[in-house]
Amino acid sequence: MINRTKLISRTYDLPEGHTLAAYESVGGYKSARKALAQTRDQVINEVKAANIRGRGGAGFPCGVKWSFMPKASAKPHYLVINADEGEPGTFKDRTIMEKNPHSVVEGCIIGCYAIGAHAAYIYVRDELHLSKERLWQAIHEARKAGYLGQKALGFDYPVDVFVHTGAGAYICGEETSLLNSLEGRRGEPRLKPPFPAQVGAFGCPSTVNNLETIAAVPLVFEVGGDSFSQMSALHHLKDGGVRLFGVSGHVRTPGVFETAVGLTLRELVYELGGGPLPGSKVLGVIPGGSSCPILRPEDVVNAPDEKSPLHPWHGKPVFDVPMGVDTYRALGTMLGTCCAIVLSDKADPVLAFHNIMRFYRHESCGQCTPCREGTGWIERILDKLVAGEATMADIDLLHEIGSNIIGNTICAFGEGAAMPVLGFVQKFRPELEAYVNSKGKSGTGRLAL
Amino acid sequence: MPFALTPEREREFADILSRYPNKMAATIPVLHLCQEQNGWVSEDVISFVAQRLEVSTAHVKGVVTFYTLFNQKPVGKHTVWVCRTLSCALRGADDVLHHCEKRLGIHEGETTKDGKVTLRTAECLAACGQAPMMQVDKTFHENLTLADVDRILDGLRKS
Repeated sequence: MINRTKLISRTYDLPEGHTLAAYESVGGYKSARKALAQTRDQVINEVKAANIRGRGGAGFPCGVKWSFMPKASAKPHYLVINADEGEPGTFKDRTIMEKNPHSVVEGCIIGCYAIGAHAAYIYVRDELHLSKERLWQAIHEARKAGYLGQKALGFDYPVDVFVHTGAGAYICGEETSLLNSLEGRRGEPRLKPPFPAQVGAFGCPSTVNNLETIAAVPLVFEVGGDSFSQMSALHHLKDGGVRLFGVSGHVRTPGVFETAVGLTLRELVYELGGGPLPGSKVLGVIPGGSSCPILRPEDVVNAPDEKSPLHPWHGKPVFDVPMGVDTYRALGTMLGTCCAIVLSDKADPVLAFHNIMRFYRHESCGQCTPCREGTGWIERILDKLVAGEATMADIDLLHEIGSNIIGNTICAFGEGAAMPVLGFVQKFRPELEAYVNSKGKSGTGRLAL
Repeated sequence: MPFALTPEREREFADILSRYPNKMAATIPVLHLCQEQNGWVSEDVISFVAQRLEVSTAHVKGVVTFYTLFNQKPVGKHTVWVCRTLSCALRGADDVLHHCEKRLGIHEGETTKDGKVTLRTAECLAACGQAPMMQVDKTFHENLTLADVDRILDGLRKS
């Protein structure tokens, strides 16, 4: 039974749902008033109790991240919101910016207060013109209403929010690269430590939160941290609340859906997504953006250890495991952004692999050798494979190059590029070998149906 | 002739600067502002941005060459971006791209002879649930059929 909710998306179906009037008609800005009447520590503890795991892919608990910020420092603090939505298959944040932008502004007010910041920058990729427009409109409305400014919501605490735009670089979704881009530099990731909570934007303590994470914060103060967390089927794993799920590719009803955390992949693909397109079956699902290793319908959970978060599903299909940060990590894939891409049996998985790796070669920032060269080698080997010119040794070489990128780069892009390589080589080895044996003639030669 | 902003964009320039604790942070938004006026980022634009933001031309060039959305040479009046990443590819992006190439008589990366349309490919534009899609200047066109593509391209060539 799917637990559909309408909290983050509560304004989506309202006429002019992006306006202040619509947002206030469903209780907007009451949460920020509640939060600003509390102490900073109370606010952080409430968000900790809500168990909001970062919605951008890494799944770090939001409240814990906020608690890393220094309590007092001579330098200003900054809140930075990551809306660089660029992970292939991911299209959830855009819906919030277009249809509920005030939830982001309200979340920023609460977030700024909690971390001692007076300015928030929302980093939006440049291509999302409507999103930027809606966010600016919401900011202007909030300023005019006195919700932002020297006395935010009438409290003695200044907050302002700004939209900053990128210029077409996937890597800027990586938080330190995003900070460089915000500072007007090339978007190359920084070495950590120092972490952003010590040295972030403009050399000052900063917190970077995903846009959906910050949009969920007002809900915490509406229902209470613990109650928010308990909406989730994975509350016991400290993975709380509700979130947006997306599904795209070969399904009948692709889209973005809001449910309680703990939805299964089967529910997402076969119920919300309407199941595979007519005349086809599901071949595999990339669960949370293209960096996440692909799962196949026949995959079964192997977790005999009672301490494993997966043990309750031992022996059951992987598609029936609730989608959570820890459950998916234990499966050897990642929850990522919760936006799944569905491949049907009519699509050629080797071409899908090729498509994904072309993306990573194109987007590697070039700073670290293993990633810059490795993604290029992988793409060229796959070019050869698709052209029917590869050998069996090349398939092993793919695996070897992928393994040598992992752990040898400044940022997680390297892992993001290498994990799908290992996943595809493991899950589609027979198809890859058939390409070698048939000199590239074995596949359907198509991705679209 | 050295590059200069229109009075209206000068006001926007001042507004952009007011958002940040230093001038360098305005590099990307100001480059967008200049490109909007000039169509591409020329050497003159680079000098202008460097001088006004008090950073080196090397810094500005480094930024311009890092980000794909800054045009390093003149482009057509309109730019069409066809998303070709996996979700769109699964729903027919290759067909959309080939159709655009045929209809416009150019390859990806080129501009039509009349200077009206530049055709480019894009990586994931966050419209995966409405695939296939293309972006025309600032507008997303989603759930495309080839008939939609014809209609959109014909409109651009007449504009």
